[in-house]
Amino acid sequence: MTREEVLQDLRGRFGEDILEFLDKSPTRVYIEIKSESIVRMGSYLFRNLGARFQIASGTDMPPHIEILYHFILEDINVIISLRVKLNRENPEIASLAKEIEAFNWIEREISELLGVTFTGHPDPRRLLLADNWPECVYPLRQDYEEWDETADRTRGV
Amino acid sequence: MGKTIIPIGPYHPLIEEPEFFTLTVDGETVVDIDMRMGYNHRGIEKLSEGMVFENSTFVVERICGICSTSHPFAYTRSVEDIFPMEVSMRAKYIRTIIAEGERIHSHLLWLGLAGHFLGYNTVYMWAWKLREEILDVMEILSGNRNSYAMFKPGGVRRDIKAEDIPLCLKKINSIVPTLIMLKKAVLDDPVLHARLKGVGVLSYQEAIDFSALGPTSRASGVSRDVRKDSPYGAYQEMDWNMIVTKNGDVFDKAVVRILETFESIDITKYCLENLPDGEIDASIKDVPVGEGIGHVEAPRGETFHYVKSDGTNRPVRHKVRAPTFMNLPTYKATVIGQTISDATIILAAIDPCYCCTERVAVKDDKGKMLYNGQDLVRLSREKTEKMRQRMGAK
Amino acid sequence: MSLKLKALLKSPWVFHLSTGSCNNCDIEILDCLTPRFDIERFGMLLVGSIKHADVLLVTGSCNRMSVERLKVLYDQVPKPCLVVAIGTCTGSRGLFIDSYNCPVPLDKIIPVDVYIPGCPPKPEAMIAGIVKLIQKVGGTQ
Repeated sequence: MTREEVLQDLRGRFGEDILEFLDKSPTRVYIEIKSESIVRMGSYLFRNLGARFQIASGTDMPPHIEILYHFILEDINVIISLRVKLNRENPEIASLAKEIEAFNWIEREISELLGVTFTGHPDPRRLLLADNWPECVYPLRQDYEEWDETADRTRGV
Repeated sequence: MGKTIIPIGPYHPLIEEPEFFTLTVDGETVVDIDMRMGYNHRGIEKLSEGMVFENSTFVVERICGICSTSHPFAYTRSVEDIFPMEVSMRAKYIRTIIAEGERIHSHLLWLGLAGHFLGYNTVYMWAWKLREEILDVMEILSGNRNSYAMFKPGGVRRDIKAEDIPLCLKKINSIVPTLIMLKKAVLDDPVLHARLKGVGVLSYQEAIDFSALGPTSRASGVSRDVRKDSPYGAYQEMDWNMIVTKNGDVFDKAVVRILETFESIDITKYCLENLPDGEIDASIKDVPVGEGIGHVEAPRGETFHYVKSDGTNRPVRHKVRAPTFMNLPTYKATVIGQTISDATIILAAIDPCYCCTERVAVKDDKGKMLYNGQDLVRLSREKTEKMRQRMGAK
Repeated sequence: MSLKLKALLKSPWVFHLSTGSCNNCDIEILDCLTPRFDIERFGMLLVGSIKHADVLLVTGSCNRMSVERLKVLYDQVPKPCLVVAIGTCTGSRGLFIDSYNCPVPLDKIIPVDVYIPGCPPKPEAMIAGIVKLIQKVGGTQ
C-alpha cells in the first residue's frame, strides 16, 4: 500500500477513534486517538499493516500524561505515532503486551518511571529501578523530588 | 531430578540493558528464563531534560561506549526533525564515516568475544588486534578512541583534514587481508559449523513479534535496516548490500556481522575518497515548539530517539531506545530448550555485551553456588573441544 | 609494608567491576589484554572470580542497584586489596552527579587507592595508573 492508501485506510476504519490527525512531514504522521482504542488500533497496525513497533514514549505534561506509540511502516518509510492522553491523577490504559511480545518491556518501564497502570499486563514487575526504591515515586514526573536523604549532591535532581 | 535455578548477571553496559537473568534448568536443558534489569540505569533521559540541546549530545554519547556514535547521530536527527532543516553534504559524509567506523570496530569486538566464549582465543586476539587499527583511524579523525564528540544538531563539530585521509585509507586497507583470512578461518571451520548451526534459532515470525532489530533480525530473514528503509546520512550515495540470511541461528548471526564488516569498510572508503566540499555546520539558533523522531542503524540495530521541545533551550522530553532493549527479550525465545553450555553463546549472539556473561553464577535450589561465570564459559569451551576431537577422529 | 602486600604487588591479579558504566572503560580494560598492550607481560591477569583478585578495577557511576552488589563483593575480596577507580564517572560521577539513580560517589562507599581520570582513559593511562599504584604502596616492578 502507498502512503495515501494507508492513511486513508486508517481514517476510514478508525474514524471515530481519531481525535486529531497531524500529517507533519512525508515521513512522520501523528494521530491522537482515544485511550480506549489503543489496543484495536495498535494491533491493527502491527498485525494487519505489518508495521514494526519501535517504542512507546511517555511524557508528563500536566494535567495529562501523554503516551506516544511509535510504529514504522518500513516499506513506505512512514513513522506513525499514536498519541494517547491520560488523566494524570489516575493514569490507566489497556496493555498490548498480552497480544504482542514487543510491548512487554516498555510498558513495564513506563509504569515504573511514570506511574501509568497498564491493565492486563502479563508481568507487571519492576524493570529498571532498584529494589529499595520507594513505591509511588516516579522519577520522570515533572514534580519529582529527591527522596533519598543519604544522597550526596550539590544541587537537586 | 528437580529443577535448578541459575542466576546470570547482573552487569550489563548499555543504558537500560544491564540484566540479571535467572535460568531454570532441568538437568542440562534450560526450561525457563527470567530477567531483572536496573544495574546500569543512570536516569539519562531525565538528565538530558536538564541540558540545553547542544549539551545533550554529550549525555547521550555516554549511554554506551560502543554505540557512542549512533546515539548522538539519532539525537541530532531527532532535533533536526523538529523543524525542517538540511544538513550539508559534507557533514553527512563525515557522519557516515564515523558511524561506519564504529560499526566495523563494534562487529570486530563482537567477533572476538564470541571466539573467546567458544574457546577460540586466537580469534579473540586477532579480531581485537584488527580493531586497534580502526580505533587509530577514529583517533586521527576525532581525537579520541571512543566517545568521538563529532556530532551537533545541524552538522558536525570537527572537519576532516584532507592530509589525514591517505593515512586513514592505508590503515583501513591494511586490515582487509587479515580480515579475509579471519573470515575464512571462522566461516569454513567444520567445528564451528557443528557447534553453532541450529543453536539458538530465532524464527522469522518470532523476529517480527519481538520487533527484533539489526543483525539479530537480519539473520532470521527479516530485511530490516534503517540505512536502506529510511535513508539518512550519505548511505544512498553509494551501492552497498544489506546482508540477510534465513536460518536465524548463532552461526547466521556471525555470518551477518562478518559480511557487514566488509560492507562497512567499503562504505567508509568510498566516503573518505569522495568527501565533498562545503560547510560542516548549519548553526541552529533556536529550536521551535514541536517534536521530532530520529532513528539510525547502530551496530546492534535501530537506535531511536524522540525529542519534544516547548520552545525553550531545553527538551521537555527525551526518550532513548537502544537496540538491545528490543533484542534482549528474544533471548526468551531462543534459549529455552537449549543446553547450559550453549546459553552463553546464544546470549552473546544478540551482542548485548560481555559483562553479563562474565558474571554468571549457577545456584541450586538451596541457593548454594555451583558454577560461576568462568565455569559456564569453560563448559562452553569443553563442548567445542569435544566436537573438535570428534571431528578430528573422523 | 606487610608481606602479603609485598607479594601481591609482584603480579597483581585484577578483577573488573562495573557499577553502571557506559562500557567504554570496560572495553578499554579488555584492550589492555590484547596484543597491542598486553599487560599479561607484567604478570597482571584479569581474573573471573573476585576471590582471586588483588586489585579491584571499578568503573561506572555507582547506581543504586549495583552499589548493593559492590558492597557484597568488596566484603568477599581477600584483604589486603587495592581499589582503582577507572574513569571520570567513578572518580566524581562526572555528568551523572545529578542523576536520580546515582546517589553516592565510589570513595564514600569503599576506600579508593588510585584514580585514573578520562572518559574513557586510554589503555596507556590505565597501565601508567597501575604502575603508579605499585610505586605508591612501595613495590618495585
